[in-house]
Amino acid sequence: MKRLIACLMAALAFAGSALANEGGPAWDKFPKERVTDVAALQNGAKIFVNYCLNCHAASYNRYNRLHDIGLTDDQIKKNLLFAGEKVGDLMTVSLDPKQAKEWFGAVPPDLSVVARSRAGANGSGADYLYTYMRTFYRDETRPTGWNNLVFPSVGMPHVLWQLQGEQRPIFVEEKDPHDEKKTVHLFKGFEQTKPGTMSKADYDIAVADLVAYLQWMGEPAQTQRVRLGVWVLLFLAVFTVIAWRLNAAYWKDIK
Amino acid sequence: MADFKQAPADAPLGVKLMTWVDNRFPATKMYKEHMSEYYAPKNFNTWYFFGSLAMLVLVIQIVTGIFLVMHYKPDANLAFASVEYIMRDVPGGWIIRYMHSTGASAFFVVVYLHMFRGLIYGSYRKPRELVWLFGCAIFLCLMAEAFMGYLLPWGQMSYWGAQVIVNLFAAVPFVGPDLALLIRGDYVVGDATLNRFLSFHVIAVPLVLLGLVVAHIIALHEVGSNNPDGVEIKAKKDPKTGLPLDGIPFHPYYTVHDLFGVGVFLMIFCAIVFFGPELGGYFLEYNNFIPADPLKTPPHIAPVWYFTPFYSMLRATTDPMVTVLCVVVGIAAVIAVLAMKGSAKVVVPVAAVIAIALLKYFDAKFWGVVVMGGAVIILFFLPWLDNSPVKSIRYRPGWHKWLYAIFVLFFFVLGYLGIQPPSEIGTLIAQVGTLFYFGFFLLMPWWSTIGMFKPVPDRVNFAAH
Repeated sequence: MKRLIACLMAALAFAGSALANEGGPAWDKFPKERVTDVAALQNGAKIFVNYCLNCHAASYNRYNRLHDIGLTDDQIKKNLLFAGEKVGDLMTVSLDPKQAKEWFGAVPPDLSVVARSRAGANGSGADYLYTYMRTFYRDETRPTGWNNLVFPSVGMPHVLWQLQGEQRPIFVEEKDPHDEKKTVHLFKGFEQTKPGTMSKADYDIAVADLVAYLQWMGEPAQTQRVRLGVWVLLFLAVFTVIAWRLNAAYWKDIK
Repeated sequence: MADFKQAPADAPLGVKLMTWVDNRFPATKMYKEHMSEYYAPKNFNTWYFFGSLAMLVLVIQIVTGIFLVMHYKPDANLAFASVEYIMRDVPGGWIIRYMHSTGASAFFVVVYLHMFRGLIYGSYRKPRELVWLFGCAIFLCLMAEAFMGYLLPWGQMSYWGAQVIVNLFAAVPFVGPDLALLIRGDYVVGDATLNRFLSFHVIAVPLVLLGLVVAHIIALHEVGSNNPDGVEIKAKKDPKTGLPLDGIPFHPYYTVHDLFGVGVFLMIFCAIVFFGPELGGYFLEYNNFIPADPLKTPPHIAPVWYFTPFYSMLRATTDPMVTVLCVVVGIAAVIAVLAMKGSAKVVVPVAAVIAIALLKYFDAKFWGVVVMGGAVIILFFLPWLDNSPVKSIRYRPGWHKWLYAIFVLFFFVLGYLGIQPPSEIGTLIAQVGTLFYFGFFLLMPWWSTIGMFKPVPDRVNFAAH
């Protein structure tokens, strides 16, 4: 038994390093509580449909799944459907993949489960997206004029630039602490070069809402899952206690 | 033919019904043999939960699998979307899918623990060799089942994992490329592969698996269960009843005991299903939420955790490692020649020279495959490798316990390294681990006899609960 516990401890020690050695800049922490905030999710859905759902599809998700985040069919029809789709339709786009490839160098990926696929050693998929959407910067060497801190040479232009404005990264050359002869290119923050329609704080909130929506859309059942799980575990706890006492009652005869 | 029994005219309806059935089918006889009059040692400990838990997981996998297949589309263009369809649009689909994905990992957890139990208490020793062999065959089937099932969600890791593993078969000399082609049904992993893997995953392998599980249990109930003391309970019987003194009926004592184990297991299982079905990327890999793309190779391809110890051994078999193996074969031959008499003195060096020539002739990739396969196959030989005078680790010399501990440690380390991208130091450690793993088994006929063994008691150790 002791060894079993030791084995489990060792297994746990390994956990969290499934995708180690990813490197790159640290990811900012996505404010998790937003995923259970219905107003944030609805705002995120609005941003998603207006800004993302032109090039990116979410073709595993249906519009009427948004019932889960408190929207009615009427609200979905009025606010989120622009091209004669039905509320039961999948969130597809009519972008021609061939043209998309010409324009961006790659077909914009489907975003249904993007929050799940982007997790790694640096944090959750939501952390990645929260950082990604906030670290676009002007780079005239890129075809679109935009680059990104966590996705270097990204094909996507900064879609939310009107909201965020433009920014410039400050890089400094520093001596590599592990090797005196080398220098490392260190990121030291952004400098706002053109203001957007939103303040920095408001923009962070807008992105957080968008990411909350993406996180929810990655697994619409996630809140239901946790809610149900509590009851299942409570039931199993009672079951186990009864089974334990039943076992003891039978085994008291065994000498 | 057994006598035709007649229930008394005033017997209850249930008794009459069972008499009718028993005259035509051995229902009561089987129930007695396998449940109410199957005498199991009374000193089972925690390790003995994992056999019945493996059966439970098997049932979970089959039942959830049945429902998954109702909605899954085995088509390269539809598979990924159909899994998301199950996760979103099928009522209760997400819970069925998470139970199946968590069940896959849980199966290996309980089976590894079950095998380790057999290893430390000598449950594979005479007369239980066939129980062990059926068990090893089950493990092999389980690996095939898991590997083929993993392709079905058609994510990036599914696709590239299958690509890597199927390509391994191409390393087999002469027939390799044709063999890989036969498995894939195409020149790359594609729709044909997906369909045949589904067929194997839902029909062929489970069918074999179930047959083997039945054989495993019939063989076990024929010889009787081993126990932590490695004492044969059938040796000491009550002279009056003829029943083993240390045996208790499986039902109700172990059914109620296992019920408690089931409760604890399900709490852990459900905690994962409901609160962390990805388990940090170990049970559901993050990359597998990206649809398979034959044109985009992921930078780092790692199998799911339960295959990584063996995958690590594959990667450890580099050219220098093959040279080390040649040296090992050479040293073994010299020792054998010094120790043996007669015609072996000629046969051994010739065999060694042939072995070294083959090791050097075929490339390291092939030997990697042999090492990986051998690591599983060697388990089949365990009953004939262990020469220790006692079965259970309890009565073995203290340093044997350390040897088993190091074996387990290396198994974990190999598993860990198999998840990581290859590195120089990692490969070196994996090579040491691989040598230890094989050394542990191949030298077992020698080391298992050495040391001071403690006297084995006549009766099992048991403290009343």
